[in-house]
Amino acid sequence: MRAGNKLALILLLTPLLLWIGLLIIIPHIDMFLVSIRERVGVGKYQISLANYWTFLGEPLYLVTFARTAIMSVLATVLTLIIGFPVAFFIAKIAKGRLQSSLFLLCLVPFWVSELVRTFGWMILLRETGLISNLLQWLGLVDGPVELLYNDVAMIVGLVYTSMLFMVVPLVTTLESLDDSIIEAGYDLGGSTVSITREIIIPHAMPGIVSGSIVVFMLSLGNYLTPTMLGGKDSLWFTELIYSQFIVRFNWELGAAFGFMLLILSSAIIWLLLKLTGQTLEKTMT
Amino acid sequence: MTRDTPGSADLECLALCKQFDAFTAVDHVSFAVPSGSFFSILGPSGCGKTTIMRMIAGFLEPSSGDIRIKSKSVLDVPPNKRPVNMVFQHLALFPMMNIADNIGYGLRRQGMAKPEIGRKVDEALERIGLPGIGKRKVDELSGGQKQRVAIARCLVLEPDVLLLDEPLGALDLKLREHMKVELKALQAAFGTTFVYITHDQSEALVMSDQIAVMNHGRFEQVGSGRELYYRPETAFVAGFVGDSNRWKGRVTRAESGLLQITTQAGLQVTGADHGRGLATGDQAELFVRPEAIRISRQAEDLSHLENRMSGQVTTLLFNGADSRAILEPQTGGDPIEVALPQSGEYADLKRGDVLHFAWAGDQANAFAVNDQAAPSLEAQ
Ligand SMILES: Nc1ncnc2c1ncn2[C@@H]1O[C@H](COP(=O)(O)OP(=O)(O)OP(=O)(O)O)[C@@H](O)[C@H]1O
Ligand SMILES: [Mg+2]
Repeated sequence: MRAGNKLALILLLTPLLLWIGLLIIIPHIDMFLVSIRERVGVGKYQISLANYWTFLGEPLYLVTFARTAIMSVLATVLTLIIGFPVAFFIAKIAKGRLQSSLFLLCLVPFWVSELVRTFGWMILLRETGLISNLLQWLGLVDGPVELLYNDVAMIVGLVYTSMLFMVVPLVTTLESLDDSIIEAGYDLGGSTVSITREIIIPHAMPGIVSGSIVVFMLSLGNYLTPTMLGGKDSLWFTELIYSQFIVRFNWELGAAFGFMLLILSSAIIWLLLKLTGQTLEKTMT
Repeated sequence: MTRDTPGSADLECLALCKQFDAFTAVDHVSFAVPSGSFFSILGPSGCGKTTIMRMIAGFLEPSSGDIRIKSKSVLDVPPNKRPVNMVFQHLALFPMMNIADNIGYGLRRQGMAKPEIGRKVDEALERIGLPGIGKRKVDELSGGQKQRVAIARCLVLEPDVLLLDEPLGALDLKLREHMKVELKALQAAFGTTFVYITHDQSEALVMSDQIAVMNHGRFEQVGSGRELYYRPETAFVAGFVGDSNRWKGRVTRAESGLLQITTQAGLQVTGADHGRGLATGDQAELFVRPEAIRISRQAEDLSHLENRMSGQVTTLLFNGADSRAILEPQTGGDPIEVALPQSGEYADLKRGDVLHFAWAGDQANAFAVNDQAAPSLEAQ
């Protein structure tokens, strides 16, 4: 019996361990090794931090790096601001069938691929798109307007893509908040603002943090949305990595970029956890 | 009638009704709670107690009727502005705050200065006998301590009326017994008007000045514990408050309030209708409390009582001070439960012993049978 259990455990854990080992740990170790070597001749490499110096010495790289971080944080904050009332409505106000259909509605965009979803935004926002035509028809603008290829369009796309990943953890934590605790807040004289600030948000904090982590990482690592919706100046860091690997065949620099991205996301998540006083275990359960 | 004496009652409900679609949860309930008193609403699960409470607190809008606090209608006042506070069934302490912040929440919302809040919170903790726990988290307290904190959280706001919705329901029996006494003491110490909901009759009887017995959305009877116990006005109250032997039967003789009733099993008993006007031939239900039945080993001891019988002990239910015996009348008929005095004479009682027993006719309450009003609970 004991031995049987152990075997079952091993069998269950094997795919997980393989997945973590083969797809996460080994590639990262390899990437790290690639990032710290420098080509000194044909087929000759030596260990050095040259790639990292290149990254730090080139303003375009640094600016793109910072921009990507800031825009991802912005997209995360916007997703949270839009997602929180939506999640609250789904978890606490909507009842029965309305509740489940609203939840489903958040899921619907994920039935099609990200490419199609992003293309949908292009149809809406481009010069000959729906919104441009609507504005002209209403007489609000004289000629066609280009709403695509700017930071706003890109942020809209990022927020839209990540909404579900914010709403789901928020709904889960908000549902676990007993209605009577909110009522007790009102009963003791609390206003809606104070109850939201002192009771609902603190309770939802694990959901807010885990949703934010997921959305932030998704935005930071997104390639398609910034490429398709962003303009010439909206360079995303993943595009730099792509071009190093695929266009320039400079794997060493690409690997260093990839590592910088990993450090960036880890640092920001660490900061977020520190600021909100949460732990990773608490937010992921 | 309560309208003529404004100021005497802290809380009045006038013909309060609440409908959920076609279902009437609260049906024309009227009552007045005098200032500083302890008023209980006692009723079985689902009878509408919480619904009344939520209307008073402002979380539900009454379908009709009026709620007045200190003679002013509060129907247009939102819950966060009403001068009532509520202790929730599951307490609803804020787990994200420590104890001091929980108690201080309402005061902060009133915009009181910080040092003042700190002083009041300490004072409240002192009063509930838990000084110095302000820094603790909610889940570091025991059930009884949480209970007291939940009450203190309301009482620091000095509400006109404190509503308590089965606040002892989650506690174990021993603690519940203890908290009953404590709650009564807290009420006396703060002098606040309490409206207390429970389905536990002993909670209501021990603590209350006035009790309303509720069934199917209506008040069956409002009175002191003593009145409900000795003079129930309806069969439901007789069955719900305290234990009873109950028999259904037919009135075979009615004479100035004293009735002779033949039960379905053929037992001949007498009872009183206390002015309910039962007549010969009526179907009646008779309630006799086990503790109203006198027992003796000698028949002569009971010669002054009306319903004299003898019976064999079939079952002994030992329960300390509340021990009972079930007797099979020798004349035949339903088994009868009697209370055993714990002064020692019956300590050696065994199954099969024969006892004489009797009760005074006016101790047996008879009600006309009215099927839909009969409570569904079994008497024993
Ligand atoms: N929002 C609602 N919609 C429909 N029916 C309701 C609603 N709230 C309560 N009821 C019904 O009203 C009746 C009274 O409910 P209430 O909660 O007041 O009972 P209660 O006396 O407090 O019972 P308990 O002792 O179990 O708490 C119940 O039959 C319940 O099903
Ligand atoms: Mg209830």
